[in-house]
Amino acid sequence: MFLQLLDENGTRHASPEFDPLVADLTPQHLLGLYRDMVVVRRIDAEATALQRQGELALWPPLLGQEAAQIGSGRALRDDDFVFSSYREHAVAYTRGVALVDLLRVWRGVTASGWDPHEVGMATPQVIIGAQTLHATGYAMGIKNDGADSVAVTYFGDGAMSEGDVSEAMVFAASFQAPVVFFCQNNQWAISEPVTLQSRVDLADRATGFGIPSLRVDGNDVLAVTAATRAALARARAGEGPTFIEAVTYRMGPHTTADDPTRYRDSAELTEWQGRDPISRLAEYLRAAGVLDHDVDTRIAGEADAVAAELRAGCLALADPDALTIFDNVYAEPHHVLERQRAEYAHYLEGFAE
Amino acid sequence: MSDLAPGTTTLGKALNRALFRALDDDPKVMVLGEDVGVLGGVYRITDGLQARFGANRVVDTPLAESAIIGTAIGLAFRGYRPVCEIQFDGFVYPAFDQIVSQLARMHARTNGAVTLPITIRIPVGGGIGSAEHHSDSPETLFVHTPGIRVVTAATPQDAHTLLRQAIACDDPVIFFEPKRRYHVKGEVDEEAAGLPMGAARIARPGDQVTLVTFGSLVPTALDAATAAADERISIEVIDLRSLSPIDFATIEASVRRTGHLVVAHEAPQTAGLGAEIAATITERCFTYLEAAPVRVTGHDIVYPPARLERHHVPDLDRILFGVDRVLGRVPARAELA
Repeated sequence: MFLQLLDENGTRHASPEFDPLVADLTPQHLLGLYRDMVVVRRIDAEATALQRQGELALWPPLLGQEAAQIGSGRALRDDDFVFSSYREHAVAYTRGVALVDLLRVWRGVTASGWDPHEVGMATPQVIIGAQTLHATGYAMGIKNDGADSVAVTYFGDGAMSEGDVSEAMVFAASFQAPVVFFCQNNQWAISEPVTLQSRVDLADRATGFGIPSLRVDGNDVLAVTAATRAALARARAGEGPTFIEAVTYRMGPHTTADDPTRYRDSAELTEWQGRDPISRLAEYLRAAGVLDHDVDTRIAGEADAVAAELRAGCLALADPDALTIFDNVYAEPHHVLERQRAEYAHYLEGFAE
Repeated sequence: MSDLAPGTTTLGKALNRALFRALDDDPKVMVLGEDVGVLGGVYRITDGLQARFGANRVVDTPLAESAIIGTAIGLAFRGYRPVCEIQFDGFVYPAFDQIVSQLARMHARTNGAVTLPITIRIPVGGGIGSAEHHSDSPETLFVHTPGIRVVTAATPQDAHTLLRQAIACDDPVIFFEPKRRYHVKGEVDEEAAGLPMGAARIARPGDQVTLVTFGSLVPTALDAATAAADERISIEVIDLRSLSPIDFATIEASVRRTGHLVVAHEAPQTAGLGAEIAATITERCFTYLEAAPVRVTGHDIVYPPARLERHHVPDLDRILFGVDRVLGRVPARAELA
């Protein structure tokens, strides 16, 4: 069971507890979320294509997780801070990360596509679950500062088995830190199903740490928005951490290097395609009278324009200068590294015309 | 704890005063660790700090080393300057991933946008007759990790000055505390500028053998130099202080005068600091060397039980044996085979 406000057919279900949290979302607002989801799915498809064409080294697709990421990301304030995994491209999009900046790391031209302080989102984390501790520490700092912003950390069902995630929940509970643990349960950690990670619902795990939890339909952007707003409100009010399990599905491969046909049944994908996060909202918006063929065509055109901009930006990314590999290893001068840099520069000069 | 004006104090109290001054000078400095608050640390290095600065700044954490470092990283993102205590050297390994994969890399990962001015204090080394995991010398693991600095102190003055420098440094710093020397006494001037953090110190001048060591072995090396002087052997003792980066210039200048190099450390020999120093000095000073450099180190063994640790940790006699070897007064190792 989970919180669901918009079912897979686009039917709205009332919730006395959560409806007030999304009462301000008019059909026009929801159309904005719909546009977001269409655009990030298009970004994702374009990035996958760019990888297939050899322009990106790797890409971890978010296909199927648009509602979980847009619904939560759009609920945040500018002064909140996100510590995510590597699949949260749509969250980065909601933080205002420039399109081409989404691809820099995956093209292999830099270690970070953006300045974390500028967008309020750390560089995506590759080590599974490690970022949950950073979010918890950041939240401890917020509390010490007496501020009412919130640290939000994104991770997956696989991360729930990592010690760092358990330790983060221990610290968050002990210090009542204003952090939201946003777990996207997309059912698969590469080839391992969530049933291998846990014998209970992931949301139930949080209870043992003394952290209230919510289990929501992660493909229902309205439910995700409501749950995230509830968690943020608790944190801002000084009531400590909240755990959200957004039940969703990774429709694509783990990354472009993965072949999910080796470990999962195509019938499962078909079943989840029936719960698609975008199509159910489209149904709802059509019934509400704000989405028709013309609007849909316009949004698709906007998404195509975004994809074209993304592609052009990607192709324009040049390799950095060789000696930049020595930059930013240390913040302060380091004579051993400076010597190595000088030696390598001298070596490279030997090849100059 | 009373203010300690310039005068004699223990190395442990010099550290305590450094933490006090750092907390007092900068409201962004925090202390985090197990038992650092109410108890004042198992070695009392943080004694009195929580009472003075409050539980929000001197934080007793749950028992999770990875989380102590991981949350410090988040605090540093938020603008704080955390000082973490890892209770014993052998307890740092659960935090290894957060140190190596996160702390050391974040500045580079963010193209310099994020600095993590985090100090990790770790009591290090053996000789205290303790249980397993309380006597390790893991410095090489961190020296081999780009992105972090590693320092250690041998005197109360250096302990005080280096710790304050480490906390002020914008890079992550591992600060190894010579735990069996916590009680040694010496003069401490809290206002002294001291050497830069990365500089080695000539602990005793000499002109026949350069003996490089650090931390707890520095007093042992000085005793060895005194004993050798009775036999008219002049040893220059260099206290490294900074293990990463290594102040090779100071060692080079010494070896060019002495022509003989001995490096002593407690950690196992293979790929240890002795290997790095011997290799680099051989590369840079080959024609000045009159003999192959000699390492006097712990063995490549799991740290032994307390009643046997004297066979592992180099002592005065083993250091003197190393000096004899580099001077050709005993058969070289190859000839022993």
